[in-house]
Amino acid sequence: MRLVICDTVDYVAEWSAKYVMKRIKDFNPNENKYFVMGLPTGGTPLGMYKKLIEYYKAGKISFKYVKTFNMDEYVDLPRDHPESYHYYMYNNFFKHIDIDPKNAHILDGNAPDLVAECEEYERKIKEAGGIELFIGGIGPDGHIAFNEPGSSLVSRTRVKTLAQDTLEANARFFGNDINKVPKQALTVGVGTVMDAVEVMIVITGSHKAFALYKAIEEGVNHMWTVSAFQQHPRTLIICDEDATLELRVKTVKYFKALSAVHRKLIEEDGAVFPRRSLNDV
Amino acid sequence: MAKSSNKKLLKQFYNCEILRDGQIVREDLWVRNGKFVNPEKIFYVEKIMPDVRIDCGNALISPGYIDLQINGGFGVDFSHDVTTVESGINKVAKTLLAHGVTSFCPTLVTSPNETYQKVLPKIKKRNGGSDGATILGVHVEGPFINPIKKGAHEENFIKKFDKGLQSLLDTYGSLDNICYITLAPELPNSSIVIKELRQRNIKVSVGHSIANLSEGEQAVKNGATFITHLFNAMLPFHHRDPGLVGLLTSIRIPQEKIVHYGIIADGVHTHPAALRIAHRTHPEGLVLVTDAISAMGLEEGVHQLGQLTIQVRGGCAYIAGTDTLCGSIAEMSKCVRFFKEAADCSTVEALEAATLHPARALGIESTKGVLNFGADADFVLLTSELDVISTWIAGERVYSV
Repeated sequence: MRLVICDTVDYVAEWSAKYVMKRIKDFNPNENKYFVMGLPTGGTPLGMYKKLIEYYKAGKISFKYVKTFNMDEYVDLPRDHPESYHYYMYNNFFKHIDIDPKNAHILDGNAPDLVAECEEYERKIKEAGGIELFIGGIGPDGHIAFNEPGSSLVSRTRVKTLAQDTLEANARFFGNDINKVPKQALTVGVGTVMDAVEVMIVITGSHKAFALYKAIEEGVNHMWTVSAFQQHPRTLIICDEDATLELRVKTVKYFKALSAVHRKLIEEDGAVFPRRSLNDV
Repeated sequence: MAKSSNKKLLKQFYNCEILRDGQIVREDLWVRNGKFVNPEKIFYVEKIMPDVRIDCGNALISPGYIDLQINGGFGVDFSHDVTTVESGINKVAKTLLAHGVTSFCPTLVTSPNETYQKVLPKIKKRNGGSDGATILGVHVEGPFINPIKKGAHEENFIKKFDKGLQSLLDTYGSLDNICYITLAPELPNSSIVIKELRQRNIKVSVGHSIANLSEGEQAVKNGATFITHLFNAMLPFHHRDPGLVGLLTSIRIPQEKIVHYGIIADGVHTHPAALRIAHRTHPEGLVLVTDAISAMGLEEGVHQLGQLTIQVRGGCAYIAGTDTLCGSIAEMSKCVRFFKEAADCSTVEALEAATLHPARALGIESTKGVLNFGADADFVLLTSELDVISTWIAGERVYSV
C-alpha cells in the first residue's frame, strides 16, 4: 500500500488529478482499448474533478476512450434531483469533458427491478474488461461507497438499506427533513472494488483521521470496510495533513520519507510501476 | 455552417454565459428542433453527443429581444404605408434582427377605419426565421383614447366605444390579428370592453388617458395588464392623485397580478431620473419599448416620410427645420444599453426588461423571452457592452455582424 501525504487539500486535488491523468496517458487508450475507471461522488473528490476538467480544457487529456462506472446511487430519487449522483456527475464532471455518454455508467436507482440492475452493472463492468483504476472516498465511519460498517468484505453490487446515522447525516442535503432522505441505495460491493487493478482512495480532513487510522494501522475489519484494501495488491491512499492526526508519528514519518518516490508517480516521465514494462500492467 | 441549418441536429453552444432564471451563469446552451433542450437528459437517456458544437467566443447569451410597441422603422410606417403593408412589414422584420429583436408587435397609431381594415388583415401572426423577426400580433394604439392626451395621434380619428365591443369591430373590422389594445379606461363602457377583450385573450393596456388612479385600478381589476409608455400621454404624477403612474405601487389590485408598463429608454422621451423612479418602485413590471417611428435606422439628414419631412440629427428625429421631436428612433439594443446605464441596474435587469418582462406581459413566457428548456430557441449573442454579435431564431442564425 502507498500513502501519499499532501500538505493541503488543494494539493490532494492536484496530486490525485495528475495521477489519474498520468495513468490514462500511460495506458494510451484507443477505440479498441478503453481505460476503465471507477468514480466516487461527494465533497472530497470535487477538487480532483475540477483539476481534471482544467487539464481537459488545456488540451492535456481526453476522455474520448475512457469508460466510467460510478460507485453508487440513491434509490427512488429522481435522476435530476440536485442530490442525485447522476446530477452530481453530470454537473461536476461529465458535461465539461469529452466523454461519450454511452461510456458513462451510473447505477439506476429508479430501475423497475433493482436486483437485476445490480447484476447487469456487474456484467457491464466485466464486459468492459474490468476496472483499471477505482477511485474512492470514505466516510468518517470508514465506509467505502455505501458499504457501511458491517458490510461483507466480499460483497458485490447490491441494494443497501442505509443506516440511521447515514440518514441523519444526509438530512442536511434534503431540507433537514429526514423523511425526504432516500432510505435505500444501490452500491458496488467491497469485492467489486477489490477486483480493480488499482484502487485510489482520497481522504481529507480531521473528521476522517480516525477512519484513516483504522484503515491502515489496525487489522482488516468489516466494521471499517475501507480496511479491506490492506489486502489489495495495489492500493494508493492520498490524504492531507489533517487526515493523519490519528496516525502514529512513526507511520507518518515512514510514508513522508517515501515522498520523493511518490512524487515520481505523477511526473510526466516517471514510472508508475518502477522496473516494470507498462505493457505488463 | 450549411450542415447546421438542419433543424433536427443537436446543437451545443459552448464557451458562453447565459441568462437563465434571473442569473447569468457559465453554461452551455443546447438546441434541437428549434427549442432549447435539457442536455442532462440527453446525456443520460439518449446517450448521444451533439451533432454540431458552436464556439460562442465567450459571448453573453440573452433571450431575443421583444418589442411590444414599434410604429415602423427604416423608412417604413405601418400606419401610413397602406398600399405596401407586406413589403414594409417584411423590411422591418428583417432589419430588426440586426438589433437583437426576435419578436415584435407592429403598432398602429390612431387611424381611420379604412386604414385598419386594409392594414390589419395583412399583418398576420407568423413565426420568425431568416426572413425576419416573429410577429406576435398587432398592437393597436387607439383610436379609443382620450383626445386631451392624444400626443401625436390624429384627433379626427379618435373614437369612443358607445356600442361596447361592437364599436371595436366596426373600427378594426376584425380582432383576429390584434394581440394588444391601448385604450383610455376613463371612456364610458370601458369596463365591459376590457372584460370582453380579456375573454378573447387580447391584452389591454391603459394609455393616452387622463384616468385617475382609481379608474386605473378598476381597469386592472377588469383585466387590463399594461400601461402604455409610462409618463408619456397621461396625467403627471400628483401626490394626492398619482394617476396611472400610481398603478406601479397600488395595493388595491390583485396581488398575484404584475402590472407591466412600457417605457421608452432612448435618453430623450423619458428623463433618466424618471426611468430610475419607475425602475426602483416596480422593477418587475418594466418593459422596454422602442415606440420607434419610420425614421429609426435612417442616416442623419433630411428624409421625406409620407407627408412628413423629418430631420435626423444627433440621434433624434425632428420635424425638419424645427426643434420639435417627432418620435423615437432608438433601436432596442440601444435602449437596453441606455437603460442599464441610466437606471444603474444589473445586466440581468436590463436584459429581462427587453425579454422576460414583455413575454410575461403577453402571457407567452413559457416559450418566449427565456432560455428555459422547451422554450423557442430565439436568442442573441452579446458582447460585454451588450452590443449584438449575432441573432438566432429557432436555433438558426439569422443575423451576424
